[in-house]
Amino acid sequence: MRDLQQYLRPGLPTPFCPGCGHGILMGLILRAIDKLELNIDDMLFVSGIGCGAWIPSPTFNADTLHTLHGRAIPAATGAKMFNPKLRVLVISGDGDLADIGGNHLIHGARRNIDLTVICATNMVYGQTGGQVCSTTPTGALTETTTLGNPYRPFDLCKLVSAAGATYVARYSVTQPFLLIRSINKALQTQGFSFIEALSPCPTQFGRRNGYDSPADMLKFLLDRCITKEKAKGLSPKELAGKIVTGEFCDGRN
Amino acid sequence: MGLREAKSILPPGSYYLSGNEAAAEGAIAARCSYYAGYPITPSTEIAERISVRFKEVGGVFMQMEDELSSICSAVGAVWAGAKAMLATSGPGFSLMQEGIGYAAMTETPIVIVDVQRPGPSTGQATTVAAGDVMQAKWGSHGDYQVIALSPWSVQEMYEQTINGFNFAERYRVPVIVLSEAALGHLRERMDVREKVQLFDRVKKAGAAPFGTEEDDGVPPMPSFGEGQKLLVTGSTHNDYGVRKTDDPRVHEKLTSRLHNKIMNNREEIIEYEDYYLADAEIAVVCYGLTSRSSLFAIQRMQQEGKKVGMLRLKTLWPFADRLVSDIGTKVKKIFVPEMNKGQIVGEVMKYASCDIIPYNQTNGQIIQPNVIMAELETLLQ
Repeated sequence: MRDLQQYLRPGLPTPFCPGCGHGILMGLILRAIDKLELNIDDMLFVSGIGCGAWIPSPTFNADTLHTLHGRAIPAATGAKMFNPKLRVLVISGDGDLADIGGNHLIHGARRNIDLTVICATNMVYGQTGGQVCSTTPTGALTETTTLGNPYRPFDLCKLVSAAGATYVARYSVTQPFLLIRSINKALQTQGFSFIEALSPCPTQFGRRNGYDSPADMLKFLLDRCITKEKAKGLSPKELAGKIVTGEFCDGRN
Repeated sequence: MGLREAKSILPPGSYYLSGNEAAAEGAIAARCSYYAGYPITPSTEIAERISVRFKEVGGVFMQMEDELSSICSAVGAVWAGAKAMLATSGPGFSLMQEGIGYAAMTETPIVIVDVQRPGPSTGQATTVAAGDVMQAKWGSHGDYQVIALSPWSVQEMYEQTINGFNFAERYRVPVIVLSEAALGHLRERMDVREKVQLFDRVKKAGAAPFGTEEDDGVPPMPSFGEGQKLLVTGSTHNDYGVRKTDDPRVHEKLTSRLHNKIMNNREEIIEYEDYYLADAEIAVVCYGLTSRSSLFAIQRMQQEGKKVGMLRLKTLWPFADRLVSDIGTKVKKIFVPEMNKGQIVGEVMKYASCDIIPYNQTNGQIIQPNVIMAELETLLQ
């Protein structure tokens, strides 16, 4: 493995809070790029607004396009359509890609243009102070659901699969090797590939839901995430509250 | 780099086209290589023609899921090296505003043709208005400048679209061609010359992409894929694109340059035509299709020896402040007919010191020459 430092713009501090999973995810993405021996100068990193959008911009020492809130996929679509030689990777948060950008997400999957999208899901609007979003679990406490979230969360993998993506997977940053392998596959997929990467947010999600410390929040993901192979034999009751991880769509095969 | 002469794509000669078709041909003449849009009356023929013509001359056509994604995809394409255009009408123009602000902040050259129809909201999709004049200037939040052009003929739909691309590239700014429904659908003769003047994007490897030494400069524009490790962001940024979201000096410097690069060059940007102003007692200040009715009216009145003149603004933004101020010292009254409730008249009032009389019509129809004549007759008494 090459030195990952070469992929980072020099002299920048981490933008993330203590215990945030986005730094782990950043490292896993770079490991996947490194493993494939991709030339980062041939890549374009597109992000929207929010904590997840700060994973590539300005940290990655490459072309980065930090777009409007929710509009990373349209901007990536324009760049890729005009210059197909660019390997375009969208990295942004769940609020950005699934809430305000939800329509672009399903249309991106429908068009099946050769883009890779990594959604850093922390189940909350982190940067604005911890409001409910479309991936917040039912009943969870947030700054704007103080009696518990009354709504159901999106299953983004089902949504994006149904919309026609070629490769769809979900892993948590607590499953680092599976996640690297998945990013690796997504980057090699011709067509729209989507990975939901669960990332802990102790600062905004955890502390309102009984997972005050970074370790508690990581344990939350370790306890809840279960591979789809393991989930197979479980009853609905046993599956309650679990987050099923794995590859849900692999059109490359 | 800079201004050059190029062959026109349409063979030289005379054509019988609609304003919308002429805008599409103007874009193709300007070497537009990316078009994104969402269908909307009365602009749709622009997208339709480009989708067909791109198959012949090359270019990427994308019909996106809405106007938000259209403009954002255009910005992405431009940073990947394209020259991009969008066409829309009022409701779509409203949706594009966030992208216009983003393009202004990131200094992304794009051309937007807004074929105006009456609003607010859905209004009347198939009739005419000029109600987006202020939105073109102030539609997105914060301080920024754009260039807005106002064609009055099919010929000018062609030429102003080419000009729009040249201004966009030269000043790295969004340019809005403020057409009107009745012009978009008007068919008349359009002449194509053998050559067109085109401004090519200025490139300089390694130069700061978001800053210049001068406080009104336009930096060179690199593209993705050139190994320059670009940082493009709509957040406040320094000369190299690094986010500086709490440094007051960086924000002041950036917004000032975005303002100055247009305002300090406005004499070079602003185009106009004047008629019979030398001894006029009343000047009509007008733009777009209303200028055609106004010209008809004042030519008739000139034949009767009436001292009426006219200023036609071909550029609405930046506003021709010095010119209008100067006219205000020479005439007794300025008459401003508009297909809205009074938008440019406010600018005229800012700069001209004489009597200023608005005429506002929002019935979805063009202002007829006899209406302008009758108003001017009253003002002359």
